[in-house]
Amino acid sequence: MSEITDLGVAALRDGVRAGTFSAREVADAFIVKVSKAKALNAFIVETPEHALAAATAADEALAKGEALKPLAGVPIGMKDLFATKGVQTTAASHMLEGFKPVYESTVSQKLWDAGAGMLGKLNLDQFAMGSSNETSYFGNVISPWRRGGGDNAPLAPGGSSGGSSAAIAARLVPGATGTDTGGSIRQPAAFTGISGIKPTYGRCSRWGVVAFASSLDQAGPMARDVKDCAILLENMAGFDAKDSTSLNLPVPKWEELLSGDLKGKKIGIPKEYRLDGTPEEILALWDQGIAWVKDAGAEVVEVSLPHTKYALPTYYIIAPAEASSNLARYDGVRYGLRELADGQNLQDMYAATRAAGFGPEVQRRILIGTYVLSAGFYDAYFTQASKVRTLIAQDFENAFTVCDLLLTPTAPSAAFALGEKSADPLAMYLNDVFTVPASLAGLPAMSVPAGLDSAGLPLGLQIIGKPLDEQGVLGAGLAIEQRAGFTARPEQWW
Amino acid sequence: MHTRQAAQGIRIEEMIESTYRIQGETGEWEVVIGLEVHAQVTSNAKLFSGAATSFGAEPNSQVSLIDAAMPGMLPTPNLECIRQAVRTGMAIGAVINKWSRFDRKNYFYADLPQGYQISQLFHPLVGEGQIDISLDDKDPEANVKTIGIERIHVEQDAGKLMHDQHPTRSYVDLNRAGVALMEIVSKPDMRSPQEAGAYLSKLRAILRYVGSCDGNMDQGSMRADVNVSVRKPGAEFGTRTETKNVNSVRFVMQTVEIEARRQVEVIEAGGKIVQETRLFDPDKGETRSMRSKEDAHDYRYFPDPDLLPLELDDAFLEECRASLPELPDAKRRRYEQELGLSAYNAATLTADADTARWFEALLAEGARIQKKGENEVARASANWLLSDLYGALNRLNKDLDTSPVSPEQGAELLALAADGTLSGPLAKQVFEIMLETGDAAGKIVEERGLKQTSDTGAIEAVIAEILAKNPGQLEQYRGGKEALFGFFVGQTMKAMAGKANPAVVNELLKKALAG
Repeated sequence: MSEITDLGVAALRDGVRAGTFSAREVADAFIVKVSKAKALNAFIVETPEHALAAATAADEALAKGEALKPLAGVPIGMKDLFATKGVQTTAASHMLEGFKPVYESTVSQKLWDAGAGMLGKLNLDQFAMGSSNETSYFGNVISPWRRGGGDNAPLAPGGSSGGSSAAIAARLVPGATGTDTGGSIRQPAAFTGISGIKPTYGRCSRWGVVAFASSLDQAGPMARDVKDCAILLENMAGFDAKDSTSLNLPVPKWEELLSGDLKGKKIGIPKEYRLDGTPEEILALWDQGIAWVKDAGAEVVEVSLPHTKYALPTYYIIAPAEASSNLARYDGVRYGLRELADGQNLQDMYAATRAAGFGPEVQRRILIGTYVLSAGFYDAYFTQASKVRTLIAQDFENAFTVCDLLLTPTAPSAAFALGEKSADPLAMYLNDVFTVPASLAGLPAMSVPAGLDSAGLPLGLQIIGKPLDEQGVLGAGLAIEQRAGFTARPEQWW
Repeated sequence: MHTRQAAQGIRIEEMIESTYRIQGETGEWEVVIGLEVHAQVTSNAKLFSGAATSFGAEPNSQVSLIDAAMPGMLPTPNLECIRQAVRTGMAIGAVINKWSRFDRKNYFYADLPQGYQISQLFHPLVGEGQIDISLDDKDPEANVKTIGIERIHVEQDAGKLMHDQHPTRSYVDLNRAGVALMEIVSKPDMRSPQEAGAYLSKLRAILRYVGSCDGNMDQGSMRADVNVSVRKPGAEFGTRTETKNVNSVRFVMQTVEIEARRQVEVIEAGGKIVQETRLFDPDKGETRSMRSKEDAHDYRYFPDPDLLPLELDDAFLEECRASLPELPDAKRRRYEQELGLSAYNAATLTADADTARWFEALLAEGARIQKKGENEVARASANWLLSDLYGALNRLNKDLDTSPVSPEQGAELLALAADGTLSGPLAKQVFEIMLETGDAAGKIVEERGLKQTSDTGAIEAVIAEILAKNPGQLEQYRGGKEALFGFFVGQTMKAMAGKANPAVVNELLKKALAG
């Protein structure tokens, strides 16, 4: 038998249920893995006691013959953007270093209620702002992947959910939560050879998730395969009266209804996503993906999303605008960092606290957001961006009149080396070019691993669905997964 | 109209309605006034959180995680607050916007945990409406002016800084943070301090009738930002200033007067009015600059992405409309037309919801126990409430809320007077005892034997005795000095210890005096 930690969410759940191994054995195995993987810096806080308590509860329930909860025996990682009661919650910032909420986010609570245990709080880009995990106050996560041919340059695990992606790829956790504002689940999933889905905006409650850009933020699962994503998502999603933007709809049985049969489905290929400068390998993989979905029975049609080229600028107006306001609460008055020297006044305290508490990328976005909302610029930037956002959403609506799903690459490159883009924010922002449009439209979208580039690094394909059609997205993801046969894994060096 | 000599030689002429003018060196000036009233919505919970809202609670005892803006906390609208604002809008005949939206007003301050106030700039809940104000106490229909309302929007209140708790530090109390406010914005339709005062009083009366705000300005649950500008009559609007957070009707009137006079002085001295925010200092009787437009905040308003647009359906609006009480103007007209009250009494009784409520309880009980229509007992009830009861309450330093006599007790007293059991003087005597003891009128009459008598035999006997004792007066009376009739009435009543029925006494006396 392979190692327990090689198993995914479904296999662990089923194994515990069948008595193949105990939940305690599972928890212990992952706890050891986590403790030996400090070099990856995937965790900000480790919480073995939480994972063990959940495992004990699962084993006791099994011993008593009680029905097991849906995720009994499955330990997971929690992105450190979710508030966890009594456990430090930092959003990878100095601002919230040491902050222990007295409340539990809705999504994490649902997972604990489903029997999952927490192995720890996963590192991320500070306040989820970044595509490489280099903006974390607690140091960047290092991808477990390395380029072939002896190039040992440390690589970015993607961002902002880079702790999640790295931990899953390195088999430190079978699954983890992520959040996606402009691609923060999908891009790191693609960089590390795992799966991740951002559901329709409103499927998962935002209550208790440290806000970046409220109209875009959406939680979702990351795991090694599509089915595991379906299982986790079922236990994260659901209406929450505490979030006004939460969708009051029942949670579908995504796992049960999961099917890779695409007969009768039309899959659109947006021509505007064929960007100049996209590496040949990625375009080739995209063509391969088209062949796979045809093989699964789908009809493939070319579609047009004419406003695609405006998506990135639109996103980089709306997201920072909302962030500049959402992050105003970190002022040193009530919780978190306070910098106040003797004799200083309130304004001094604000300036000193926010200068010390926010990293450069967060400060950059607050400045951009403040600028685009300010008098005299509001109409030219924010109002205009809001209009373009509507047009982008209409592009998708139009496309979905002739197809059911869209297939695109997830990112325009494989994982880049740490430091490679951090000096050039624009180059970094460009990495979100394929993921941002679906975020602006609030659509469900996922990345599945589809192959390796010539350096041996994973590449992902993205499936975008109609609003609420996670089932369709997962199905197409499964069809690709079944045909891609992606079994590559990083060689352990940590 | 009265005139008085104001400081710096400017004469203020105060007249009702829009003939109010400030006499400057260069001639007459007209004042233009608009009010932005912040009214705290009556609700058990805050606008976007479930925290309580009671006044005077321990600092920071009514603060939820949302009010404290903890990371990841989200607002959800409290429909009761929305309902109250909609009902208020309906009460001023305003357009209710079935689609409205919340915006964030961004600025940093220690009493503002989120770093922004959730308000409604672009799409307010309530659109244009109006309030009729009366400028003549005696005849409320005679001098009516309609003041336009621009909009009503709902927004969060901020917390409170406390500077008196520590020598070098300020403390923050977040109890008020997140409490729902209605901002009621008038058009610049007022032209005198009196109009501003009448508008604010009328608005407060409507809010109290509707029950959407308690109107307690001394507790801060209603406060006004006073916009004032001056111009030569008929000229374009001048530059306005905004005096913030004025917290009584009287202070609002003073603010208008003082600020308008200041502006005239500045302009006539060759200066310019700058658009700015000012503070009213009631102790010094002046307004002072707080901050000018140049250093005003850029609030960076934008739609709050945490909240969906507010969409109201017809059923909700219908429920709001159905729950509206009779409003002051309608009630006043009904009191006049159906109950036959004088215009003045009707206006006085309806000026305030509590008074009208008390009066109607008195009326209902009176009609019930006397088995008469309300219109038949209305005038006596109104007169008694406005003269006897108000007189007593003033004397005792109490109000209707703390009145020692309840409406039911009052009705019983009035019924005893109406059926002849008590004469006017006796009724007053019984009322005094009621005030002292809290006992019911019937019980007092019974125990103290204060019943009026119409026993003609007893009265005739007393009259005969009095005539016999006062032969001189009798002779004068019979000689044509009929004014002495009052003397004989007084003597008879005195001898009967006030208990004789005055009508019977009159009748029998006339007969006896005629010989």
